Amino acid sequence: MNLFVRHETHYDYDSPVAYSAQRLHLWPADFASQRTLSWKIEAPGIEKALSYTDGFGNRVHMLTFERASGPMSIIAEGVVNCSDAAGVVRGLPSAAPDAIFLRMTRATAPSAPIRALVEKNLADGPVLEGLHGLMDDIHRKVTYEIGATDAHTTAAEAFADGRGVCQDHAHILIAAARGAGIPARYVTGYLVTGMGASSTAAHAWAEVLVPALGWVGFDPANNKCPTDNYVRVAAGIDASGVAPIRGSRRGGAIERMRVEVRVEIAQQ
Amino acid sequence: MAAIFNEMEGKGGAVREPYARIEEWLRTLSPRDVERALKEAEAIFRRQGITFAVYGDNQASERLIPFDIIPRIFAASEWRKLSAGIEQRVRALNAFIHDLYHRQEILRAGRIPSELIIQNEAFVPEMVGVMAARGIYAHIIGIDIVRVAENEFYVLEDNCRTPSGVSYMLEDREAMMYLFPELFAQQRICPVENYPAMLRQTLESVAPPACKGEPTAVILTPGIHNSAFFEHAFLADEMGVELCEGNDLFVSDGYLYMRTTQEPKRVDVVYRRIDDAFLDPLTFRPDSAIGVPGIFDLYRAGRVTLVNAPGTGIADDKSIYTYIPDVIEFYTGEKPLLKNVPTWRCGDPKQLAYVLDHLPELVVKEVHGSGGYGMLVGPTSSKKDIEDFRARLKARPGNYIAQPTLALSSVPTFTRSGVAPRHVDLRPFVLSGDKVRITPGGLTRVALKKGSLVVNSSQGGGTKDTWVLED
Repeated sequence: MNLFVRHETHYDYDSPVAYSAQRLHLWPADFASQRTLSWKIEAPGIEKALSYTDGFGNRVHMLTFERASGPMSIIAEGVVNCSDAAGVVRGLPSAAPDAIFLRMTRATAPSAPIRALVEKNLADGPVLEGLHGLMDDIHRKVTYEIGATDAHTTAAEAFADGRGVCQDHAHILIAAARGAGIPARYVTGYLVTGMGASSTAAHAWAEVLVPALGWVGFDPANNKCPTDNYVRVAAGIDASGVAPIRGSRRGGAIERMRVEVRVEIAQQ
Repeated sequence: MAAIFNEMEGKGGAVREPYARIEEWLRTLSPRDVERALKEAEAIFRRQGITFAVYGDNQASERLIPFDIIPRIFAASEWRKLSAGIEQRVRALNAFIHDLYHRQEILRAGRIPSELIIQNEAFVPEMVGVMAARGIYAHIIGIDIVRVAENEFYVLEDNCRTPSGVSYMLEDREAMMYLFPELFAQQRICPVENYPAMLRQTLESVAPPACKGEPTAVILTPGIHNSAFFEHAFLADEMGVELCEGNDLFVSDGYLYMRTTQEPKRVDVVYRRIDDAFLDPLTFRPDSAIGVPGIFDLYRAGRVTLVNAPGTGIADDKSIYTYIPDVIEFYTGEKPLLKNVPTWRCGDPKQLAYVLDHLPELVVKEVHGSGGYGMLVGPTSSKKDIEDFRARLKARPGNYIAQPTLALSSVPTFTRSGVAPRHVDLRPFVLSGDKVRITPGGLTRVALKKGSLVVNSSQGGGTKDTWVLED
């Protein structure tokens, strides 16, 4: 299936920006079940931006600009061909050793209740089944609610509160998998929710290293493994390392940011 | 504790060869000469702005000045052996760091528990896959070495982050040459004053692939409030490179520039004296106001070289230290030439039990500590101190390692009550770039309190000029 994605981020400032540096994780990955047909990023300074592939296989752009006033936009847009591999991710050009994805971070440290989930689902039996059970539990116990958590909420906090967004769902699943000694990573991307449908938000899920299968995606927010409705962008240890945009600026006293994402099934 | 090895007197009371001339010289010095020299030395250091911030110093009566005029001396043959061991160790440390951020062969081989690396705070996952210029990550390493006998040296720790103290080494030499030029005329002493030139060569030799012409290097300092600011300014001045704060540098269109009074100037190599966490708010702590946004992305993409690389601290973490002999064998295929101090890991219940039973004879250190703070020196501690420490150790055993109290060698030192032996250690500075360059000698730190084994300047230690004699 071909998916059309347009991810717009608009900034507005009360006073001119003297200098700004921004790092983007806005370029889809190419691997066995995903191929980028067309893609572009529009942003001030993008033609001279630094572009490189990091150790996790992510295509990164870093752009800088000076003395800007008025609104500023970063727009990523393109068409990606996706096929359904039941969540299995093969052929990614990542050199990172799997063990890296066992690292406990502030966001992914398992609390006692999360460890209880591990005990229930991953203590014995086939790992794949256990992970599905885990995903199901997280999906049921943590209600999707925008505004209950923020970008810095940890897995432990969101799980205790029982509310969160896809970032929190993914962090909890990662915390549980790592707690069981299974490498897991955080993935960003996009999702359309059905035939002919469109979506209005960026998405995030987890990938877990399943014995004999390799890396498999699990989306606890939707309680399913990624299909050809998913566009995979970047992966990291947790959300903080793969934010679509992370910036630093001088000047521009108050910043207002507005994000619009459109994901649609493209005309064949 | 074994008998203390006096580096001048040796075992039998006969003066050891490297110290023969100095011993003679010492006998010709009148108390007035000494008084004069100490005063002049103090004036020199005050003029240079060398100061130590010492906390809780209530032993001022016993403490003279942080610089002692009696040099610490190595024979050429002694130094050859030591430097071979140092070079082997430093090459292995760089290979180790490269491996940890790439294929992790040493973890796959089971030589180090994977968890110890992956969950270590000093491990920087963002470094994964970084191909450093010439495969060097720790370009500047300070290896702390102690001596306990004629032929017995131990490495106490490897400093792979931003080892400091080289300015003291250089100033000590300058002061000695000024005060006693005749000593340098009488015998050939290996120069250390070319260190800044060697450092600059090293920095330029690791310029990133993107640098086509003459590389430009700078020093990045956290600023004037940093305790080592003097050293940052001193080294910049000696090397003839710019001293920058974060705000003086900026990323533009994929390259690093420094602001100048005219055009911004491209920068290729940054000798940064800022901790990893504060280096770049785009990758590390977002609240850092002393770093340069985007500098790590440039490093990642081969547009700039960071010296030392982020994440090199994983190689000098005290919990990793005990594995370094394995690390050396793994990457060099050779037996380590320099020994580690035998170390108990308190995180292991069996080893902890031994440590708790032998506290009065051991040195116990925090795994992540430095500067001689938060450690227990059993033999010189009161019963109460030992018991207090025992409680802390039991509460967080994984936070501590323990070592036997080493009988650090001593060197004659001027004290209020005349010349007396005081314990010393040694920090040679090792530069890795197009080749490995080791300063002949290094910084000798001396514990100025009688009997004390703690040489850290923060604990009232002083320094000595260190000589390596030429053949």
